[in-house]
Amino acid sequence: MIGKLDDAMDFQAQALKLRSYRQQLLASNIANSDTPNYKAVDFDFATALRNASQGAQPLAATAPGHLSAAGAAPAGAKVQFRGATQPSIDGNTVDMDVERAQFVDNSVRYEAAVRFLNAKIRDLTTALKGE
Amino acid sequence: MSLFNIFDIASSALSAQSQRLNVVASNLANADSTTSADGQPYRARQVVFASTPVANAGRESVGVRVTGVVEDTSPLRRQYDPKHPMADEQGYVTLPNVNVVEEMVNMISASRSYQTNADMMSTAKSLLLKTLNLGN
Repeated sequence: MIGKLDDAMDFQAQALKLRSYRQQLLASNIANSDTPNYKAVDFDFATALRNASQGAQPLAATAPGHLSAAGAAPAGAKVQFRGATQPSIDGNTVDMDVERAQFVDNSVRYEAAVRFLNAKIRDLTTALKGE
Repeated sequence: MSLFNIFDIASSALSAQSQRLNVVASNLANADSTTSADGQPYRARQVVFASTPVANAGRESVGVRVTGVVEDTSPLRRQYDPKHPMADEQGYVTLPNVNVVEEMVNMISASRSYQTNADMMSTAKSLLLKTLNLGN
């Protein structure tokens, strides 16, 4: 039963995890908009979500010498440098317009994922109560 | 939780930008200081930004930090003003190499960046609060 509950919410939970990681990457880009030689990063959300929902696993630490994956990209997300449209002379490739737009877009989509998850929980509670 | 890291990232940017604003304020305030602690005219200062890792945020997302404040080495301004107490034998006064227009631009840029980062923090906060209400 618990496994089924897990499955019901797993997809939105993955989406939420990836959205919040993307939000963090975009925050890093915006914070470094004036740092010389900083290269903007991002990942393709659709591919990442597909990989995550098909069961991509994070790197397992199977030996004591393995580095911990704390703070690493969630399973499925492949972080890449963003292609620069107008690179500046100091080597910085952050385009503030793009980053701001993506930041707002991502936060709205994060909220959407929260709502979907909420709706799912409400559905399940209704089914459980059986009123 | 990645959203909590945004607070660390944004706050590092906030403090870096406010330090930049501080340096701009110092440059503008001393735009006409013909002498300073070392007896030489004031020299404009600029901050140097570098990205720095943030705890638990991984390699890909980084914050900002000010690695140092460098003095502008461009030549000082010389102005003919024989009545000035700091004038040399030829009647020239050496003035700081502060470019006021440049500093104003720097100030606007710093304050815009500061605002954006503060905005980013409040977005992260509202998203986190919505997540906390999950299931209610």
